[in-house]
Amino acid sequence: MASVALREQLNQLLTSMFAEGLLDQQFQQLQMLQDSGSPGFVAEVITLFCEDSERILTELTKVLEQTIVDYQKLDAYVHQLKGSSSSVGAQNVKLACVQFRQFCEETNKEGCIQALNVVKHEYYHLRNKFEKMLQLEQRIQAYDSKQQN
Amino acid sequence: MGSGSTGSGGGERRWWLNRTAVVVVWITASVAILVGLHWYSRVVSIRKAEEGLVSMCEERARMLQDQFAVSVNHVHALAILVSTFHYQKHPAALDQDTFAEYTAGTAFERPLLNGVAYAQRVVHAERENFENQQGWMIKTMKREPSPVQDEYAPVIFSQETVSYIESIDMMSGEEDRENIIKARTTGKAVLTRPFRLLKSNHLGVVLTFPVYRADLSGDATSQERVEATAGYLGGAFDVESLVENLLRQLAGNQDILVNVYDVTNISNPLIMYGPQLPDDFVSLSHISMLDFGDPFRKHQMVCRYSKKPPIPLSAITTPSGVFVICMLTGYILYAAWSRYDNVKEDCRKMEELKKQAEAADVAKSQFLATVSHEIRTPMNGVLGMLDMLLDTTLNSTQKDYAQTAQVCGKALISLINEVLDRAKIEAGKLELESVAFDLRSILDDVISLFSAKSREKGIELAVYVSSRVPEFLLGDPGRFRQIITNLVGNSIKFTERGHIFVQVHLAAHSNQATDAVIEEGLIGHENEACVMSTNLAFNTLSGFEAADSRNSWENFKLLLSNEASMCTSQSKMPYENDSSQVTLIVIVEDTGIGIPLHAQERVFTPFMQADSSTSRNYGGTGIGLSISKCLVELMGGQINFVSRPHIGSTFTFTAVLQRCQIRTNGDTKRPPHCFLPTCFKGVKAILIDRRPVRGAVTKYHLQRLGVKAEVVSNIDLAVSALSGKNGSFISGYGKEPCILLIENDSLCSKEVICLHNQLLEQQRTGSIPEVPKVILLANSESDKTNGVDMVDSVIVKPLRTSTVAACFQQVLGFAQYPSQEKPNGSAFLCSLLVGKNILVVDDNKVNLRVAAGTLKKYGAKVECVESGKDALSLLQLPHKFDACFMDIQMPEMDGFEATRQIRLMESKTNEEAQNGGTLVEENSSRIEWHLPILAMTADVIQATYEECIKCGMDGYVSKPFEESQLYQAVAKFLVSDS
Repeated sequence: MASVALREQLNQLLTSMFAEGLLDQQFQQLQMLQDSGSPGFVAEVITLFCEDSERILTELTKVLEQTIVDYQKLDAYVHQLKGSSSSVGAQNVKLACVQFRQFCEETNKEGCIQALNVVKHEYYHLRNKFEKMLQLEQRIQAYDSKQQN
Repeated sequence: MGSGSTGSGGGERRWWLNRTAVVVVWITASVAILVGLHWYSRVVSIRKAEEGLVSMCEERARMLQDQFAVSVNHVHALAILVSTFHYQKHPAALDQDTFAEYTAGTAFERPLLNGVAYAQRVVHAERENFENQQGWMIKTMKREPSPVQDEYAPVIFSQETVSYIESIDMMSGEEDRENIIKARTTGKAVLTRPFRLLKSNHLGVVLTFPVYRADLSGDATSQERVEATAGYLGGAFDVESLVENLLRQLAGNQDILVNVYDVTNISNPLIMYGPQLPDDFVSLSHISMLDFGDPFRKHQMVCRYSKKPPIPLSAITTPSGVFVICMLTGYILYAAWSRYDNVKEDCRKMEELKKQAEAADVAKSQFLATVSHEIRTPMNGVLGMLDMLLDTTLNSTQKDYAQTAQVCGKALISLINEVLDRAKIEAGKLELESVAFDLRSILDDVISLFSAKSREKGIELAVYVSSRVPEFLLGDPGRFRQIITNLVGNSIKFTERGHIFVQVHLAAHSNQATDAVIEEGLIGHENEACVMSTNLAFNTLSGFEAADSRNSWENFKLLLSNEASMCTSQSKMPYENDSSQVTLIVIVEDTGIGIPLHAQERVFTPFMQADSSTSRNYGGTGIGLSISKCLVELMGGQINFVSRPHIGSTFTFTAVLQRCQIRTNGDTKRPPHCFLPTCFKGVKAILIDRRPVRGAVTKYHLQRLGVKAEVVSNIDLAVSALSGKNGSFISGYGKEPCILLIENDSLCSKEVICLHNQLLEQQRTGSIPEVPKVILLANSESDKTNGVDMVDSVIVKPLRTSTVAACFQQVLGFAQYPSQEKPNGSAFLCSLLVGKNILVVDDNKVNLRVAAGTLKKYGAKVECVESGKDALSLLQLPHKFDACFMDIQMPEMDGFEATRQIRLMESKTNEEAQNGGTLVEENSSRIEWHLPILAMTADVIQATYEECIKCGMDGYVSKPFEESQLYQAVAKFLVSDS
């Protein structure tokens, strides 16, 4: 019964994430890809995404801290981040990245720093939700395996 | 624009000047021609007149001269007479009376002479003697006694006409004296200058002839002659009357004036005949010399026209005629020229307008394309959101609203797509793909698309593809499907009862059959009519009448039998020629409301429906058919239809497709239609159907599964077939399972039960080893209940090969194929990707993982690398990969560069293989290395696409993957590759 409740919770979490615009259709696609053949697919992708994003975010911060900003480098990083976020379906992060790139094009340092903050904010917000989600999933799996045992 | 118009205005003015100049030149030239011609004809006429004058003048002169010569000769003769009879006879034989008589008698010989007289030479010494002898005094001209002279020449003989001169001394007259002296020295006839004659007062000349006493030799000196002179014979020529007489005899004497002059003294010509002319009289004249035999005097004749020769009429009419013709020609040319200019100007304007219109049209199409594209993008967002909204918990009203919104949105999207298509076609931007595809599965797709609707309406929807149509064709499956979907969609919309039947044949084959039917129809016409009257139900799919009667069972049967004969005669070669082109003829037949006659001609006009009420009742925009027409024409075919109101419509279109060259490498050993299970080979089926057309359709589906089928029309035949009584093909019935298919309306439920019992009975008696599985073919869900407990399964129409297969699997207990469970698009993808080695290149781990996951889902074996360099090292030839998905933006080596390198590598190897030839042997499965490389990109814009193609990529997919797009992209390479 607890499993059902947990699932309910998970569903609610996902629904709220969709409603908030954190996630989009692509994430649904990912979920659909996860089947008996690859049970941890979504979790794997999410962890990959998180690792990658954090790496990029630190890089971005580093670049922006320098007095002379290498906007090309900056743009490449943001592009990467945008790519991975759109692959995962992290809609808000993606949108923030789009804005970031605009500032990059304009070589607007102020804007970039602001955009970076927005991206960071969105990303951490999403990461929290993802963490919750993964925890719930783990618990569900644990329950399931227990029940099977 | 402004400057252009003024420029052209200036040009026009110049041109006008030019034209005026031309007109002036033309008129001048015409006038010149007029004058020239006139002058010429006058010259000609004058020359003619001159010639006439010359000939007339010469004629007159010769005549005058001749007559004169005759007279002179006669006087000469007289002189000899006188010399002979007066001087050589003694006594003289001549006296005055004889002479007068003789001369009067011979006067006719001398018409020109008034008279002749003879004067004797008398010297002064002999005067007295002479006067005494004659008895009269010698007188002078003045009739006085002559004074003393050296010698005298008194007239002794004279003609009567001139008897008044007798006894007159001729030497007393100045003229005569000169004459006499000249005559006797020369011995020839001598003339005086013209003077007034004594009596007639006419102008005349006197002719004097010497008479010698003795014969003189020709070369006698003048002294001798004077010595020998005896007398003188003279005569007066009345020149005036002479010439007058002469002229009267000749024609045309009115026209010319003749003057005769004595021109011995040239400076002072003496007129002999003719009027004195005024000095200013200038006229054409001719002078002829006259020779009157007098060596001392010269005479000439001058002829003139009495009046100026009239200007001939032709000299005026011909030039004016020519002038008029010139002017007319000029006018015609002028008119033609101005007309030509007008037309040219109009043409130019029209051209300009046409250009504008075309530009406007292109702009319109472009605008349409842009706008539809712009609408589509946000619409996709709206639809996506609606999808998500529907996934959330909604109460029923909200759900209803959302669903309605979604349906509307989808309708809008499809409309926009259609408009976009139309605009693309008009802008000439639509290009057809050339991909291998399976026509039959496309038709199955279409059927499944409309199956819900057809069930709902209770319409039979069926597909039949001739077995002579090749399995795989090269063409644009999407567009082909679009056409058929359009036609079938229309049919569904307008059909409330009956059927919709889609047939595909080879065009040439179909024509043969139709011809055959027509021939048959001619021969067996009565027979046919008979059939028609007895058989109220039509021999079509559903029994309803169809618009195009050619598609009735008779025709269809012929097609089938033709097919069969073809297949048997050329068992391994279902199609007779190997030409790479295949012309398909697709027939979509419905029994709907038909198209009103008045609307039939504008069916293919965009946005045109039969009438406005149509769209109210049935919806739709009327753009579909026009798009279909365009697409068909792009495929090199034609679309036509036959429609009868309230009976139905039959649309027929042809399309030219390429035959797919199936390669003989390892991959093709896979069964050609991999989505269809092949486990039914050898299964036998009996179909009970009283409608032959429908039976043929069902048989077609069964044959696709490899099932041997027989169609019978009722239960009894079926039972006998099962028990092998009729020696039918089931006689070898043994191990293979058998299926009995029953068309729902062919039997009522009672009969089914009856059949069931019969079968059980037969099994008990051992005539059949086991009861065959019975499957009912139902038209709708509601039909399922009809005797459902007596049958093993029910297939709800419309029939699709895959549904039939699924049902068979269920009934016969074969293992399910996983592909059968999946939705269609995924099934295709699966079939394409299963077991394929695919390399995914992306520097973004997340993307990589997602792409790999997606591809793995479709059964592909995926390998991932994170950079272009790694990809290159993996793709060293020979490699095992069937395709490569490549991210474009990567650090170090981007997708474009990597692809270029890969292509370079491949071409090198290919060249070596061609040159060396041995390398090929080792990897014989590949003739040429060409790895399909698909770009993965988030921004799908034209420029990127072009860049992709330029560097040797084969296509692109958007990132993240979209199923349909992925399919489209992959289908190009993997099916044709296999």
